[in-house]
Parts: sequence; C-alpha cells; structure tokens
Amino acid sequence: MNENLNNTRRARTWGIVFLVFAALMLILFLPGTTGSQRTTFAFDLELSQALPIGNLTFSTQGGLYLLAVLSIFLGAWQLAKGFKQVYLILGAVVLMFVLAFLAWAARDRSMNMTGMLQATLLRAVPITLAALSGVMCERCAVINIGIEGMMLTGAFASALLGSLSQSTWVGLLAALLAGGLMGALLAVLAIRYKVNQIIAGTAINILATGLTSYFSSRYLQAIPELNRPPTFRPIPLPLLSRVPILGPVLFTNTVPVYLMLILVIVIHVMLFYTRWGLRTRAVGEHPKAADTLGVNVFKTRYINVILGGMVAGLGGAYLVLSSVARFDENMTAGRGFIGLAAMIFGKWNPVGSLGSSLIFGFADSLRTNLAILRVPIPSQFLLMAPYLVTMIVLAGVVGRAVAPAADGEPYEKQ
Amino acid sequence: MSEKNASLKATQKKTQKPRSRGRWRTLLTPLMAIVTALILGAVVIVVTDTSVYDAFGEGFGAGLGRAVQVVASAYGALFAGAFGDPARMVRGLSTWITTGDGRAWVQSLYPITETLRYATPLIFAGLAVALGFRGGLFNIGAEGQYFIAGLTTVFVGYALTGVPWFIHAPLALLAGIVGGAIWGVIPGYLKAKTGAHEVINTIMLNYIAFRFAEYMLDVGGPMARGDGRPVSPVIQPAAQLAQFFPSNPNIRFNLGFILALLAAVFVYWLLFKTTIGYEIRTVGQNPRAAKYSGMNVARTVVLTMALSGGLAGLAASHDILGVIGFMPNAFSSGYGFDAIALALLGNSHPFGVVLASLLFGALQAGARNMQGIARVPLDLTDIVQGLIIIFIAAPAIIRALYRLRTAEGGEEVVMTRGWGQM
Repeated sequence: MNENLNNTRRARTWGIVFLVFAALMLILFLPGTTGSQRTTFAFDLELSQALPIGNLTFSTQGGLYLLAVLSIFLGAWQLAKGFKQVYLILGAVVLMFVLAFLAWAARDRSMNMTGMLQATLLRAVPITLAALSGVMCERCAVINIGIEGMMLTGAFASALLGSLSQSTWVGLLAALLAGGLMGALLAVLAIRYKVNQIIAGTAINILATGLTSYFSSRYLQAIPELNRPPTFRPIPLPLLSRVPILGPVLFTNTVPVYLMLILVIVIHVMLFYTRWGLRTRAVGEHPKAADTLGVNVFKTRYINVILGGMVAGLGGAYLVLSSVARFDENMTAGRGFIGLAAMIFGKWNPVGSLGSSLIFGFADSLRTNLAILRVPIPSQFLLMAPYLVTMIVLAGVVGRAVAPAADGEPYEKQ
Repeated sequence: MSEKNASLKATQKKTQKPRSRGRWRTLLTPLMAIVTALILGAVVIVVTDTSVYDAFGEGFGAGLGRAVQVVASAYGALFAGAFGDPARMVRGLSTWITTGDGRAWVQSLYPITETLRYATPLIFAGLAVALGFRGGLFNIGAEGQYFIAGLTTVFVGYALTGVPWFIHAPLALLAGIVGGAIWGVIPGYLKAKTGAHEVINTIMLNYIAFRFAEYMLDVGGPMARGDGRPVSPVIQPAAQLAQFFPSNPNIRFNLGFILALLAAVFVYWLLFKTTIGYEIRTVGQNPRAAKYSGMNVARTVVLTMALSGGLAGLAASHDILGVIGFMPNAFSSGYGFDAIALALLGNSHPFGVVLASLLFGALQAGARNMQGIARVPLDLTDIVQGLIIIFIAAPAIIRALYRLRTAEGGEEVVMTRGWGQM
C-alpha cells in the first residue's frame, strides 16, 4: 500500500520533470529567436562515400514549438497514465531538450549533425575502453582505479614501439602487452598481497605517470624519431560505409575504433551468455559460493584483471595510433577516470558503458561545436557535465547504480 | 636437548617483550620500503644511462664503476638540492662571523629551506588524507579541495583592501579552510545520506574543481587579472604569510611551515585526546559498532570530510599566501596523489605524516637539482613515490625481501571499504 503510494508520487514527479524540460525549452531558447530565423541541420560530409541526403532546414521557432509540445504531451501522459519505461521516456525528453538547444544555437546557421556524431563516437572511444577495463575488473570484484595509469603505459608503449618498428600493428600489440603488464601488477597486489585495491590502483597511477614521463624525457624528447609512430587510416567497410549518416559515423573508422565496438559486443555476450561470464559474475557477487562450486576465484580474478589492463592499454594505443600520432606526458588527461564514471553510469555493463561514454563524448564534441557557432556558454561547464551526471546517478536520484556485491574485497581461501 | 631448550627459551624471550620490538618493527618496514624504492630508482637511472653501456663494453669492472658513478652523481645532486652543501654553509657562516655579511650564509641555506617549503603543503594534504583514513574515508579529492580553496583564499587575498595584516592573513587562511571544507563536505554528505562511495565522488569533484577554476581564471573570466593572462590578481601585501628570510627573495620559506606543524599537533590532539576524535576513529574502525553505541555516524562522516577538506585547503592557502602570491590557471601539482602516499607512509599518524612529508619535500626539492646537474629527469621521484606506496601497502613484499618477521600488535587502520559495503 505504502509502496504503491510512493510509486505514484515518483511517477508524478517524473511527469513534472518532463513538463519542466518543456517549459525550459520555451523560456530559455524561444525569446532569443525571431519568426524568420531558420536552422539548418546538415547530414552530408565532404570526402565521404555515403550517399548524399541533403540538409534539413526548418523554422527555428517552429522546431522549438514542436519539441516543446511533444515534451508537454509526454509529461501529461506520464501524469495521467504513467509510462512503464520511465527512464526511456526521460532519455527521449532530454534528447529533445538537446535538439531544441542545437536548433537555437544553430539559428541562421548550419550545423553538421553527422560530423558531430562522428566526433562524439571518436571522443567516446578511449572513455569506452577505459570503462570496459573497469567492467572486466569490477565484475570479478577487483576495483580498478589504475585505469588511467594503464592507458598511459599503453600509449607510451605504442608510441615507442610503433616508432621503432614503423608498424601500427606492433604499436598496438605493445600497448596491449604494456597494459596487460600493469593489469598483472594490480592483480598481484590485489589478489596475492591483498593490498587495498584503491591504494594499489593509486600506486599504479603514480608509478605509470613517473615511468612514462621519465622515459619520455629521457628518450622520446631527446630523439624525436622515437616519437613518430605511424597511424591507422580509416577503413571504409564495403557497402555499409555508403549508408547515409551511419556510414561515415560507424563504418568508416580506424582499426582501434572497430576493435572497441567489437569488444563492447564480445564482452557483453561473454559476460551474460557464457560460462566464463557466469563464473566471473559469481566471483564478483559471492566468491565463497563460487569457490564452493569449484570455480577458481584467484584464477578468474587474475585473468580478468590482466585482460582489463590490456583493454585499457588499447585505449592508450587509440590516443596515439588513431588520434595524435605522438606521446605526450600525461596525455590521457583524466580519461581513465571519466571511464570509471562511465562504467558506474552504465551500471557495470558493457553496453551501458558505451552508452554513457557516448553521452560524455557528446558533451565534449558539443563544446567544440559551440565554439565554432560562437555560443556564449563557457565550455568548462559543458565539460563538467559528465562528472555531475555521474554524481547524480551515484546518489540514486536517477536509477540506482549498484556495484557487484564483493567489489573491492580481497578473497581469503579457507 | 639443551640446544632445543635454549632455542625455546630464546623464542620465549622474544615473545615476552614484543612491545619495544614491535614498535621498532613498525618503523623498520617503512624505512626498508624507502630504501628499496631508492635502490630500484637507482636501477632505473643506471639502465637508462647510455654511458654505462659504453663502459660495460670496455669491461665488467669499468661498467660497474660507471654505474656506481652515475647513481652517486644523481643521488648526490638530489641530496645537495635537498639539504645544501655543508662546506658552503661553513664558509658562509665564517664570512658572516668575520665580516658581518650574512648573505652567503643565508643563500647556502636555500636548499634546506626549499625542502621545508615543499614539505609544508604536503604536510597539510597528508594530514587531510590521514584524517580521512582514520575515519574510514578515502579522500582522493585533496586536489580538488586544494583548487577550490585556492580560489577562495586568493579572492579574500586580493579583493579585501585596507585591512591590517593580523586580520587579513588569518581571514585569507580561513577562506582556504572554508573553501576546502565545502568541497570535502559534499562527498561526505552524499556518503552519509545516500551511501555513494566517496572515492568516486571526490574524483568527480576534482575534475569539476579543475574546470571551475579554469573558468574563473580564464582570460575574461570572473577572477582573471585582466591583462590577457589566465591568472588571478596579486594578493594584497597584508594577506601575505610572514617570510623567514625576507632579505633573500629566492628563499620562500615562510610561516606556513609552523602552521603545518601546529596543524599536525592539532590533528593528533583531536584524534587521540578528544571525544570527537574517538568517534572518528570508531566510525573508521567499525561503523556498525559506532552506530549501536549511539554515535551519530552520518554527522561524524560529514565532519571528518569537512576537517579533511579544510586541511587540504590550507595547502592551497600556504602556496598562494606564502609562495606564489596569486593563483595561476594551471595550478595542479599532484598533491592529491602525493598526499595518499604520505598518509600511508606515515601510517595515518599526524607525526608520521610530518616525517613522510619532510622526506617527500626533500625528494622534490632535490629532484630539481638532480635534473639540472645530473640530467636525470625529475619524474624519477614519481617512480620512487609509487614504489614506496606499493611496498608500504604490501609489507609482505618487503618482509619477504629482507626476511623480516611479521610486526606484532599495533592499531590497524581501515583504509577504506569497497564500493558495496558501508
């Protein structure tokens, strides 16, 4: 009875939230527009193989009204009847708010949506890989704060060995090995020595920063040839790359990006539909029960954490071999930690991690777009958004994020 | 038979007085951790020095000699940069006595004052993390608290005018404490009310603080100086912390060091001599027991984070009011991670943190000299610090290396719990 009452109250709150979003669209964006203004969303990229589909031009005010009315309808429906999938509707309303914002920001101008989606995905790649690394480790109850350090090590190794061999593949392999090595260090400290895992991760971050910066100033800066790795070229997939919007965004990418997309699917399937996944999750939720049933807790954890380190190393390799083509000190710039946030926001789930990484990547790409459109919003506040969202999610305001039950606890075999 | 008896007696003797030995052992592990980290640092220096390989080409003895030489020159420069050159001090002192000109003597003290200056913010930040550890909270957010405190302290420092120094400087310090405390209370409150883990929230708040400071100090931002540089205005002279050697502008050793020592004494008193401290430690050891014995766990968690944030804030106050005089945009200094190492090395004891900070201060002051003279990148200190954390956190490695026996007794500090538990 009481729970029922609570549920109705909660449903009503969401309805009001939807209405507030609609009101905000009208209050924030409408006054700055005039009836004659037009917004253009472009979808074709230059030098793209995709079939051209032309631009979408609409009256700015008309677009804003349409989006606001749709949100009001959803809010009213929620208040009157209530949706079953309320978070899905919330996502739709937030998306409409973002569209309204873009329509307002690009009034009298043109904004290339495909380009923005492309930038979103590319910026999400290292974050997703960091988040996947976290998923791998934490699903078997090893907290990995050291993702940042593992990425940095991977980036350094790929720059050095990629330059030495002038082969992107050698660079990629080196990053996997270096990341895996750091993962092994975390595994040994956390599993063999039962070190507090957060401290072990912190130590890995400091050590990785020190080692990569030391070797970088000793070798990479002294001998520039050691810091000129080749880069992966985008490979358009036959036929698929010709699909409008999706072609340039998803199917004209470099090897690490494809690898990331494949890994999301593979890890998701492995985790939830294979024996290995079942064991991993059992070890993460209730190691003692798993042990009783014959699962080797230590072995599972070692394998997962080392694999997690390799995934993080791949994230570092992406930054060097697909993005900037050189190693710089501390070049990961906190992406490992954003990945950690994305993992939590994605509820320790690979596909969820990709989704939240895309949101974080979108905030980042929006920043550059707004700078081009000269919208007077300090870019710093957009960059804060992912962290704020994570804190809100963690506090349980929007969908409680629950970690694996044994996360962070060393296992003691009896 | 008699031999067996003797050995039995020996073991009995050992077990009979574990107190003094145990205490000595607790000091032995950190010491061996430091030594081992420095040895591994030396290995890194040797392995990355091409002249050593050339010397090994000539012969094993020559190679070994060159290796020792390289390490000696690097660590010699490190030591000289941290503590100064005794010969120069003596010469400076004799000049002072004979001619009355003390400038050379003061200048010869420069390295050691640098060590103490570097150690000062480390003491504050280390105390912040140590206090958190005692309360069962892992404050990874010292860095963010430092940034916010930097903004508040520098604002009071430059915006307030016409106030005498004995009011202005304390107010600016207080502003730093408040700024840091606010940034500490947020994760504390979220932990107490919703159970959200403080590690994630403090990391998130770090990045929010960086961005916020960037916005405030960016060219055209609310706190920018207005001369096209992303820095804050310079603080008023009345807000500056008193310098110990005002005659020599190179030496920036200031009153902040004394304040840091007082802060350590305060934290010691608070933790071990007051009811609040007892509650903090009880909550840290066993929150459930604390709850059942009638303590207000939520309030204690928030208070611990407020105190912790305030201490981290004082690190920023020292740097701005005592050293830099304004707040630059790229203010980051890695105190947040250093502080964790310090708290661990000092076993979360205020005086241990002070000793550890002096060591790290010496490492950081010396590293610049080492880079300048011996051409060894100063990032070596990061490597050494990372290794120290690993060895301290996993004492079993050190014990296995040197075949030490397990330390007995001693209060175990619960560092932090996993995400899942509260």
